Amino acid sequence: MKKSVAVLAACGVLAAGCEKDAEDTGPAPFESRYQALPSGTTLITGATVLTGTGERLDDADILIVDGKISAVGKGLAAAGADVVDASGKWVTPGIIDVHSHLGVYPSPGTASHSDGNEMTAPVTAEVWAEHSVWPQDPGFTTALAGGVTSMQILPGSANLIGGRGVTLKNVPGRNVMDMKFPGAPHGLKMACGENPKRVYGSQGRAPATRMGNVAGYRAAWIEAAAYRDKLEAAAKNPGTEPPTRDLRLETLVGVLEGEIIVHNHCYRGDEMSIMLEIAKEFGYKIGTFHHAVEAYKIGDLLAENDTCAAMWADWWGFKMEAYDGIRENIALVDRAGACAVVHSDSAIGIQRLNQEAAKVIGSAALAGMDISPEHAIRWITSNAAKSLGVLDQTGTLEEEKMADVVIWSGNPFSVYTRAERVYVDGALAYELGNDELNPVTDFSLGTAAATGGAQ
Amino acid sequence: MSRLIALLAVCLATPALAGTTAIVGGKVHTVGPQGTIEKGTVLIVDGRIAAVGDDVAVPAGAETIDASGKIVTPGLFSPFSQLGLIEVSSSAGPTDGSQRGSQFTAGFDVADAYNKHSTLIAINRIEGVTRAVIAPTPGFPYGNEPAGHVIAGLGAIVNLGDTDVIDKRSAAMAVVLGEAGSNLAGGTRTAAWLTLRNALDEALDYRENRGDFERGMRREYVHSMADLEALQGVINGNVPIIAGVSRAADIEVFIDLVNEYSLKAIIRGGAEAWMLADELAAAGIAVIVSPTANLPGSFDSLNARFGGATILIDAGVKVAISDGSMQRTHRASNITQEAGNAVAHGLPWDDALHAITLAPAEIYGVADSTGSLEVGKAADVVIWPGDPLELTNFPEQVFIDGDKIPMVSRQTLLRDRYLQTDRGPPAYRK
Repeated sequence: MKKSVAVLAACGVLAAGCEKDAEDTGPAPFESRYQALPSGTTLITGATVLTGTGERLDDADILIVDGKISAVGKGLAAAGADVVDASGKWVTPGIIDVHSHLGVYPSPGTASHSDGNEMTAPVTAEVWAEHSVWPQDPGFTTALAGGVTSMQILPGSANLIGGRGVTLKNVPGRNVMDMKFPGAPHGLKMACGENPKRVYGSQGRAPATRMGNVAGYRAAWIEAAAYRDKLEAAAKNPGTEPPTRDLRLETLVGVLEGEIIVHNHCYRGDEMSIMLEIAKEFGYKIGTFHHAVEAYKIGDLLAENDTCAAMWADWWGFKMEAYDGIRENIALVDRAGACAVVHSDSAIGIQRLNQEAAKVIGSAALAGMDISPEHAIRWITSNAAKSLGVLDQTGTLEEEKMADVVIWSGNPFSVYTRAERVYVDGALAYELGNDELNPVTDFSLGTAAATGGAQ
Repeated sequence: MSRLIALLAVCLATPALAGTTAIVGGKVHTVGPQGTIEKGTVLIVDGRIAAVGDDVAVPAGAETIDASGKIVTPGLFSPFSQLGLIEVSSSAGPTDGSQRGSQFTAGFDVADAYNKHSTLIAINRIEGVTRAVIAPTPGFPYGNEPAGHVIAGLGAIVNLGDTDVIDKRSAAMAVVLGEAGSNLAGGTRTAAWLTLRNALDEALDYRENRGDFERGMRREYVHSMADLEALQGVINGNVPIIAGVSRAADIEVFIDLVNEYSLKAIIRGGAEAWMLADELAAAGIAVIVSPTANLPGSFDSLNARFGGATILIDAGVKVAISDGSMQRTHRASNITQEAGNAVAHGLPWDDALHAITLAPAEIYGVADSTGSLEVGKAADVVIWPGDPLELTNFPEQVFIDGDKIPMVSRQTLLRDRYLQTDRGPPAYRK
């Protein structure tokens, strides 16, 4: 019902776009033009497999056909397959980072590359992170060497509502459309707390306080609801003029209609609780709280609301709202039955999300919580896929899913383990030490990275 | 009840009294001439290592700690931090690691601001950090704030214990060169070099003409007397200059400057230092690297890469390992992760442990008293359940100067409060 209203509303506004779809003249503006790299049939044999569903299979095989997982189990065979002996090695789904600024805050971090924060108004729902993504960021290739096959690129956190995030497959592209994860919903970046009030308060404008922040979100949702009502009225009554197309409100209506997932930067437990109230007031859902340094204080609330928390393993103290960070945050959220995700927010950290998860396993054990590798891997695979709304396509090693697969030299939670082979949609996108195969961005030509040094 | 005791332990910071302690049966990585002892004893008497070996007799009355199946190492040494100078980094009152403006340069000494009761101390020491260099960084202008100076000031060596916490003042003179230095000095590298050279030249002139200066018979200096006094140790070669510099071309200039002025020098950052490994070895310049810093954050680090630490060590450069992230102070303990990743990229394990224990002590000239498990040195000892570089392993017990440190921090108190869910509102859970 809601979905059909949205389609009507969109057509009401985007009449030209709808006609275009009807004639099937190709993808809509900015739509994914991702094409998987060429791949064949691959059989990975004899590995310790963490499926991402919470299962561990020892001495197991994985068959990849036509870019999809075809089978997972023992004693698999396939004629003409490229057989990869993975005995002694571990295999997991491709790693997914739900919080990255690769491409929008790329390396080198020059002022001219600073494209992640549209710090010109507290609500900039009209901007899309994908329009800032620089595909030549060398951070994409180093993340690939860390087993990252998908990621969400978000706008920064200066604004109450910062704009749309985009989910990418970690493949080289000439433009962002070549990298966009097919069919992935957009995200909407929102931010609580210190950043928006500091950025705008220091300019003598609202918001300057946390209460100013909340007033700002509510005002935006009131506008969005009114815009949606006008769209619906115009769709129902052919004589009624639709409102002028408004990119800012279009995005917010996308959230109210459940088509865009809210990714809310928020540190403190009490503030996350308030954000959940706002979501109730206006009838939308918060998909994931990001950073969520105090998520451990409200694990039950997160579980109740089916809201994920995407967290660092150990960052804390760099600002007041991060003062209560503890090492067991992720484990405690997980224990409460909520969807726990380990994220990076860092071009360096994204290369080792498996190690960040390892820290959590260790600190949880000290606190009496025993967490198995097959369980922990979910924080950086299936739970992350759920957070991004792409769990049906990736995030686990299940039949018919995208063959996004990492072969690790050993237990991925050991500091000494390296990603040896990374498959994206069944294609070998990275192989440890294989300089001939591995991608090099235009920017990195002629540097140490071009000869594999950065990996 | 036990939680109450733990809380008191934190508030009063009262470790068990130092006396005689024997840590028995663990695999001891001495990081000293004795190498690794498969099943050894570390004997601590009055805060110092009294004996290490596989046949050490444990005196009667010693507190004996069974470390069978465990790993015993020296305490970790953070080679560059702002522990005790920062509580919360931004928008939470003053931090004492950098000054706004440049009213003081070389004379700016962070030791006087060190707060041994900072929550960061307990948080990091229970994760194995027992010694640290605390050093200033220049204030980079935020909004209308004035910029800092190329010469940030003096660093100190501290221990993360509760008494006699300043080990050594004037342990290093921190300067910032390269792109960051040029931003402070007027937008060019040349200005940054001139700023540093002028300070060194003034310090040399002042050394020879102190009397005339005091009588007002010498030209005026840009630097104050306090700054020139602080620079005397640098020009006399007693205080190492620690330079934040990454670009190979800048490092070449730095090597020349170090030779010209006969300075003792350390490079921090050093993303491209691996390209000059032989030259740095020949000049005796040590390097503090972050092995995971493999991306070109700026044009100063275009050739950042993994494996730089290995190349430097192979060439004979003294290398200490640091965490390059903004968490290098709040999570100073993450040097184990940096070291582990260096191993994953080719550094021998023993070299990695050396780079986070003894190497910093050597670089800063305090290896005679700390950094390894050798007789006579300060008894900074960590007992680990397994490999200290593995991220799933956290210390079981830490000793600093022989004191058995309470394994409690504000973070473990928060954890213990929220581990419970059935004892009423959190504020009543103690």
